[in-house]
Amino acid sequence: MSSTRKKPLAGPPATSLAELPTGTHALVRALRGGQELMSRLSALGLVAGAPVEVLQNRGRGPLLVLVRDTRVALGRGEALKVLVDTSS
Amino acid sequence: MSALRPTERPAIVVALAGQPNVGKSTIFNLLTGLSQHVGNWPGKTVERKEGTLVREGVQVRIVDLPGTYSLSANSEEERIARDFIIKEHPDVVVMVANAAALERNLYLLAELLILPVPVVLGLNMMDVAESEGIDIQPHVLAAALGLPVVPLVASRNQGVTELIAAAETLARTPEAFRPARPAIAAPHRDVLAQIRALLGTQAPSPYDGDWVALKLLEGDGEITALARTWLPAPVWQSITTLLAQHEDAVLDIAGGRYEWIARMVRAAVTRPRLGQISFTDRLDRIALHPLWGLLLLFAAFGLTFWLTFTLAAPVQAWLETGVVAPVQRWLHAVLAGAPAWLVDLLAEGVLGGAGIVITFVPILAVFFTVLALLEGSGYLARAAYLMDRFMHALGLHGKSFLPLFLGFGCNVPAVMGARVIESPGGRLLTILLAPLVPCSARLAVLAFLTPVFFGHQAFAFALGLVALNLLVLALVGVLLNRTLFRGQHAAFIMELPLYHVPNARSIGLFVWHNIGAFLRRAGTLILLVAVVIWALASFPGSAIETSYLARFGQWLAPLGQLMGMDWRLLVALLSSFIAKENAIATLGILYGSEESAQGLAAALAAAVSPATGLAFLTVTMLFIPCVATVAVMRQETQSWRWTLFSVLLLLTIALAAGVAVYHGAHWLGFGAVYA
Repeated sequence: MSSTRKKPLAGPPATSLAELPTGTHALVRALRGGQELMSRLSALGLVAGAPVEVLQNRGRGPLLVLVRDTRVALGRGEALKVLVDTSS
Repeated sequence: MSALRPTERPAIVVALAGQPNVGKSTIFNLLTGLSQHVGNWPGKTVERKEGTLVREGVQVRIVDLPGTYSLSANSEEERIARDFIIKEHPDVVVMVANAAALERNLYLLAELLILPVPVVLGLNMMDVAESEGIDIQPHVLAAALGLPVVPLVASRNQGVTELIAAAETLARTPEAFRPARPAIAAPHRDVLAQIRALLGTQAPSPYDGDWVALKLLEGDGEITALARTWLPAPVWQSITTLLAQHEDAVLDIAGGRYEWIARMVRAAVTRPRLGQISFTDRLDRIALHPLWGLLLLFAAFGLTFWLTFTLAAPVQAWLETGVVAPVQRWLHAVLAGAPAWLVDLLAEGVLGGAGIVITFVPILAVFFTVLALLEGSGYLARAAYLMDRFMHALGLHGKSFLPLFLGFGCNVPAVMGARVIESPGGRLLTILLAPLVPCSARLAVLAFLTPVFFGHQAFAFALGLVALNLLVLALVGVLLNRTLFRGQHAAFIMELPLYHVPNARSIGLFVWHNIGAFLRRAGTLILLVAVVIWALASFPGSAIETSYLARFGQWLAPLGQLMGMDWRLLVALLSSFIAKENAIATLGILYGSEESAQGLAAALAAAVSPATGLAFLTVTMLFIPCVATVAVMRQETQSWRWTLFSVLLLLTIALAAGVAVYHGAHWLGFGAVYA
């Protein structure tokens, strides 16, 4: 089953959360991945339009983000599935 | 005080729901205290806590549901929580929310409100929210949501009485419950209606058709599988066709819930936040720093280790000499007229076994206290985040590090500590690997025997044997992860809660219940096995040399020859099943030098070649875990199959390594024997 079957995305090419350096603010644009991963991430508040801040991204290993007043640690693989917009 | 009178008002059942890290267990402990019953959900490894309180003559039964972020079927906890609400029909659900992360917490409320049960919302940590600059008006929120909202500071016992009063009132008048409910977003409204129509009345009781339709649209694995069995094939076919066109609905539904939440809290919450740096942020600058964070982690875990074994050791020694030994003497005196075998069985076998069980109690008491402190303060999640990178390669979660680290002291708390890992696969893998961490009893055997066999090179050999254990642990981890646990890797998504001062009462109850569970479940098994092994080593006759155990060792002699070991070394290995340090005592008896350690060292050095000695130590280090560890493995996995799998796996590894090491050592010229 294809996992990227969202409507054509408007705007610049999507960036994943994993690519953002520490301190970046962004808005979630979409999630990819299987149903279960999407369900778990969205329950924590990572849904389209949610503001996120990257608290720590060392380029390897898990990263730490702030979403809806919650500090969430995400594995790199999981962070790659969160597409974001960084309109500053 | 009103006189007791037979009340017509029946008992009510309250389900306590909430996301993780909201202080739900503090509230549960305040409400139920020592009336709690802790067990497991039937057939599950998830803990089930239940308690009662009597309020104005009415019995209130409180069931603590597992902490969950949502009610989808993503984890066992979530399935348990929603199954309880759907199938057991509690009179009311009390949902505890963390006021400092209100919107995310209300996601669970949005899911609860589509189930047919009245809900009371408790806003806990109002003080924390205030210190974070968040102002919440509970009555405004209550008006928007159309349900009772009770502000709480559970850590100071504020609002808990009001919360349970509101729950009871609502449980008596469920018809008055008309809350606001989230509606599905426009793009999926039609398809939801179509699925609902196709479903008709075919969702059996107690499932609600509207809820089932929504869960199907969300792609919920469990409900999808169930619906397939409920519906005739053509209807199911039509539904799957519809669902295939709306695979992304899960995101829109979640998004819709958050939009609904934003509308609900708009009037009630103001946050004139000026970007102040919170205590948690300041502490995290150190705790999550690549260098200082790791140093802090090793300091914290080192302290845990030190406390566990330093505080516990004197108590352990006192239990042995001050409690077990006098009772043994007393038994001998009281049973002076009874047959000798009976006195021995009771005094040495049963009390000896009980002695083993109770010597674990001090270790576990200190360990569980420190674990509750680490977890309750929020630090354990930071440690897991830091260690995740290193544990990832073994297919383990960052949280596996603490239990495995503790294994160097004793494997029993290591196995029990694995319960801090949420994912069932990760927990099981950690339990299976824990016995490969050389515990202090094995290290003591190593420290005694390496100088005997290797003289001044003892330290190098000891270090090498510990390294071998860790190497085997890594290899088995990688191997199991690629085979049996393939594809079970749970996504690493973990909340780092705000730091806070842990609640003393919660810690006390946590330690109490865990030790109780150990004594009840593992304790009886340890006692039983210890008595059996003791009997095998003591009968017939009174000396181990002529015992059943010795005969069994002699029968195994051909196997021992492969490793250069005679039956006496095999019997020492077998006796180490009760407790690893027993190996030394058994060797002492069998080599006839009970009197002094020096005597045993000399006798062994004379009788055992270095190659054989190395093989013996290798097998000892990798051998099947002691009976206490096996018993807690059974307790924690709830499965004899996995427990036996672990025992057989370790037995195979130990014997294979023993044979390989013996022949390798011979080849290298360590075979030079017998003076």
